[in-house]
Amino acid sequence: MSTRLSTGGRNLNRAKQISFSFNGKQLKGYEGDTLASALLANDQMMVGRSFKYHRPRGILASGVEEPNALVNLESGPQFEPNMVTTTVELYDGLSCQSQNHWPSLEFDVGAINSFMGRFYTAGFYYKTFMFPRFAWKHVFEPIVRQSAGLGKVPKDRDGDRYEHFYAFFDVVIVGGGIAGLQAAAAAGASGAKVLLMEQGAHWGGRSMVDGGHVDGKPVAEHVAALLDALDAMENVTLRNRMMGAGVYDHGYVLGYEKLTDHAPEADGPKHRLWRIRAKQIVTATGALERPLSFSGNDIPGVMLASAARDYVERYGVSAGDRTVVVTNNDDAYRTAISLKNAGLEVPVILDARATGGGALAEEAKALGIRVENGKAIAKVKGGKRVTGVAICAQAGEGAVLEEIKCDAVAMSGGWSPVVHLWSHCGGKLIWDEDQAHFRPDTTRAPTSHDGQAFVTVAGSASGPLGLGDVLIDADAAGKSAATAAGFKPKKGDAPEGVTPEQAALEPVWLMPQGAGPKLRMKAWLDFQNDVKVSDVRLAAQEGYESVEHTKRYTTLGMATDQGKLSNINGLATLAGQLNASIPEVGTTTFRPPYTPISFGAIAGEARDEAFQPLRRTPIHDYHEDQKAFFEPVGHWRRPYCFPQGDESHADAVKREINQTRNSVGLLDASTLGKIIVKGPDAGKFLDMMYTNMMSNLKVGKCRYGLMCNENGFLSDDGVVARIDEETYLCHTTTGGAERIHGWMEDWLQCEWWDWKVYTANVTEQFAQIAVVGPNARKVIQKLGGDMDVSKEGLAFMSWKDGKLGDFDARAYRISFSGELSYEIAVPASQGRAFWDALMEAGEEFGIMPYGTEGLHVMRAEKGFIMIGDETDGTIIPQDLNLNWAISKKKEDFLGKRAQLRSHMADPNRWKLVGLETLDGSVIPDGSYVIAAGENANGQRNTQGRVTSTYYSPTLDRGIAMGLLHNGPDRMGEVVEFNKVDGTTVKAKVVDPVFYDKDGEKQNV
Amino acid sequence: MSKAVSALNGASYDGFVRVSETGLRGMITLRGDLGSKKLAAAVKAATGAAMPKQRKITKGAKGLVAWMSPDELLLVVAYADAGEVVAALDAALSGEHALAVNVSDARAVFRLEGAGVRDVLAKTCPVDLAKDAFGAGDLRRTRLAQVPAAFWANEDDSFELVCFRSVAQYAFDVLKVSAQPSGEVNFL
Amino acid sequence: MLTLQCPYCGVWAEETELHAEGEAHLKRFGPDSSDEEFETYMFMRENPKGVHFERWRHSNGCGKFFHAARSTTTLEVFGTYSAQTYEPPQEIKDKISAKYPNWSWRDFS
Repeated sequence: MSTRLSTGGRNLNRAKQISFSFNGKQLKGYEGDTLASALLANDQMMVGRSFKYHRPRGILASGVEEPNALVNLESGPQFEPNMVTTTVELYDGLSCQSQNHWPSLEFDVGAINSFMGRFYTAGFYYKTFMFPRFAWKHVFEPIVRQSAGLGKVPKDRDGDRYEHFYAFFDVVIVGGGIAGLQAAAAAGASGAKVLLMEQGAHWGGRSMVDGGHVDGKPVAEHVAALLDALDAMENVTLRNRMMGAGVYDHGYVLGYEKLTDHAPEADGPKHRLWRIRAKQIVTATGALERPLSFSGNDIPGVMLASAARDYVERYGVSAGDRTVVVTNNDDAYRTAISLKNAGLEVPVILDARATGGGALAEEAKALGIRVENGKAIAKVKGGKRVTGVAICAQAGEGAVLEEIKCDAVAMSGGWSPVVHLWSHCGGKLIWDEDQAHFRPDTTRAPTSHDGQAFVTVAGSASGPLGLGDVLIDADAAGKSAATAAGFKPKKGDAPEGVTPEQAALEPVWLMPQGAGPKLRMKAWLDFQNDVKVSDVRLAAQEGYESVEHTKRYTTLGMATDQGKLSNINGLATLAGQLNASIPEVGTTTFRPPYTPISFGAIAGEARDEAFQPLRRTPIHDYHEDQKAFFEPVGHWRRPYCFPQGDESHADAVKREINQTRNSVGLLDASTLGKIIVKGPDAGKFLDMMYTNMMSNLKVGKCRYGLMCNENGFLSDDGVVARIDEETYLCHTTTGGAERIHGWMEDWLQCEWWDWKVYTANVTEQFAQIAVVGPNARKVIQKLGGDMDVSKEGLAFMSWKDGKLGDFDARAYRISFSGELSYEIAVPASQGRAFWDALMEAGEEFGIMPYGTEGLHVMRAEKGFIMIGDETDGTIIPQDLNLNWAISKKKEDFLGKRAQLRSHMADPNRWKLVGLETLDGSVIPDGSYVIAAGENANGQRNTQGRVTSTYYSPTLDRGIAMGLLHNGPDRMGEVVEFNKVDGTTVKAKVVDPVFYDKDGEKQNV
Repeated sequence: MSKAVSALNGASYDGFVRVSETGLRGMITLRGDLGSKKLAAAVKAATGAAMPKQRKITKGAKGLVAWMSPDELLLVVAYADAGEVVAALDAALSGEHALAVNVSDARAVFRLEGAGVRDVLAKTCPVDLAKDAFGAGDLRRTRLAQVPAAFWANEDDSFELVCFRSVAQYAFDVLKVSAQPSGEVNFL
Repeated sequence: MLTLQCPYCGVWAEETELHAEGEAHLKRFGPDSSDEEFETYMFMRENPKGVHFERWRHSNGCGKFFHAARSTTTLEVFGTYSAQTYEPPQEIKDKISAKYPNWSWRDFS
């Protein structure tokens, strides 16, 4: 059984015992434990079940590569699924539940899948759930849903805070092991601005466990001194609990900093996502140990040799009393030595190499440990935990030579450099035959904006595994990164590291090498997703030759650990089956993030109030106070209508329109775009921007104008006012302000840069209020001031500056409703007061605000088009009978050439008409006018469509505008619109102007 | 003139940095030939400040002048003076191709002060805010989270930030979130 | 995520401050042009694997449009330059030639 040792554990503070709970059981741990080490200390060997077969799963690793020991952490707003226990730092009161089992960890009905294992092979899902079709919905999906999935989905809102942070460095070093520290020291000494980040809480990495000497001192002493030195350097920033999540184009690095995961009671953000620009990046990301593929390698109690050693050395925890070590390299001997020195039993070291190990093997033997060369595990015995191993010859097929009782197995299949960050942005790999791993090809590094390499790799991440080589490599990497960033590193040699010489590794992709089908079926590659040697072989047999295809077919490497443990073993298995070399098969693509990062960190500040900008007019507070029903228009929220009490929206709109048409109403039109265009060439410029002539507009007058893009299609419209000889003010649609301003600047900067025109977007300088209705003038006159707003004093389609009351106002006599109407602009900071003054002045006339729906209905009653309703990016002004607004005199304007194209001049284009339903009903939005016959796809032919359709309170009937084939020539004809229910509605083709055809009302 | 009210009416927030809306400021967008002596003289007359160099802001007795682009300045003066300044610029620059326009009401201005002020901005602005990279008199137009903004550093290492009036509440919300207690990054 | 230096305000801007504005050096054809000329102007675009010239706007910044020469495959940026020009500066063309001796793009090489 696994247990806490009485001594040891360099990470522990044994003076501080803390309690936590697992599946409701109260357990004890120490400060400095990880959740995994604390679980092991409490003999919680089994921590979860696998994804497909629901096999018992134990802790396999001690770091980020852990595939099994995932839990649901905490509850309520702090709940997080799929937390990797080997990276969760234990804190007092931690509570977690194991996952992926039903109904309980100990008894799981899904485990029956395991007995069905022979049918659940590679591609099982693809093969099984195809037929019969109905079975997916009624049989397979309900079962899969019950048993599938890892962690639970959070039910509550996330109660924590997250943020981003932008930072800029000369050199960013990822990984705070001995290599990263050395690289930081080398780069820092040059004066470069350096960031060194370490994903865990502790510095020094594996060297702290594996030992050795640096410049004659124990490695731990060296690390402590190096840290002190780095701390003292002002140009070096050290951050632990911060992972290099990804490396992207042009030196962009994401650093994922966990601030309060280990101390949830602390205030402040939980995670911070550093968005870093680095001139140079050094990946000192170390290496990960590979498992060995033998039968039963997934039984709880089998773990990586390095992990077994970590638990003893770092946490004072033993995985078992009797641990069998199995290896193909020298490093695992360190585990045996560690365990033995801790007073634990190591009944045997099985070394798959016939020739055995080097100095470390001798040291183990000297401690009295039995070493068997050329031997392997035939199978591991046990169910929910290891009870023993059967030993065989590695060279054979698994004939059992001996059985040994044990409660843990420590395995090592060699080490793979962590090449993820090197590879994210295009760094290439080469296959190292001697070490049997892929390592960065330093001649093909990722390149940046200047075409130069911007990633350097340091330490065991680049291949070398011995301390001496690691230090030399890391020192050189730090210096070369500093040089590439434009700094001059200090001369000097790397410190000298000494560890025992190691004998060569021998690749072992299957144990024993001749294992038959029965053993292969229990030899796991991907522990979480239940992919075994047999599955990859089957995939190859079925024709999956590409590693990317095999990955998806078998799900190898698709679990939350993303193949950190399993990929190389899987590739090698595939290569073996395809009779190809491993580099020929290649790797799957390494994509960021290195390990999962929280959604909260990705969102940063963008949640709740700060989720998205909401633009407010100066009168917004009034609308909110009145409980207006808002509709989004771009990032603005505009009142759709102002319901009173429990009035329906339809009733509110009707009331608002009737009041406006009969007396007076107010519209907050502040959102309309307002762009100043000034200069000697302003008229010439606007003649190009608009389809109609603007240069001949008289000062003091307004003109409605249309803008098209170069494809000839309508893009925006609005009223232009000429302010003085050189200055125009162009109104745009609400959504068009920024776009049209950019459009103008584009032409001025990039095409007609010699034209003397300046523009300024003054949309938000003004609150603009439309005072609309027969009593509009009376209301305005009541305000007093020096502005003459009489029919003569301010004629239709003119504007004027002056005082209204004591407000600085500019009044435009323009109308989008057909009524007597003034649009009055005041400085935004006076907008609310002006609105209130109008409401007060209009009280005797029953004045009330109206919303965008009232605006839309009234403009439709007048037959005015709306950009976005009558237009959709494929409509030219001619389609809307707006020929009167297209200058025939001008040689050129944007869109003119396009409108000369044959299909634009085609008389068969659908054109705008008004529509009146025969029964007075409202034509459904989006309806088409049906035509005889069917098209090639068997669909009903169409000859037109509705573009705007409303109930008109003024006419008390449904009115609409639409585009119809030869429309204007078909006045009086009855056409049919389709409806979703299959019926149709008949409508008469009429003039689009339904109200006040002669325009008398707006002109009083 | 009726009583003018700024977008947030002087709202403030005390986190590890104090964020406050400064209230109304007179602001004039001036576009023209920044190499013109006439223009420089007009700007000096309006603000007392010298012409700023690229991405700088200069200070005079009556106001600030910010370099916004190669043909654009932002003059910051007392709110009540903005109209007169525009008129004076128009008069001084008559005959030159230039545009002076009052944008005082189109903006909101925030002041950020406190030891961690750079941390607060660096949480949502993709700008190197290290002291050696951005000092007093430097100005940057960029984005604040999802909206355009401009900010500059003062001599006392306080910052002032300008954004559009319609998104003043959003900008304030973003700054508040960034300035929440215990959010110090302790890096810049 | 790219960074480009705005030639107008000098800022090294990351992509979130910028807005891509399509292909550079388009020659506008107006009402007098032939259908072919107009089609070329309106619709025909380069789609190179390698050297490309683009328009960008420093939209969350000084607001200016500018040109950029870069490789679509390696994202190497050969330079950014004024929008008020009909062709890339010689210095940038030389830089490209040093890397891709036989490059050509529309009429430039």
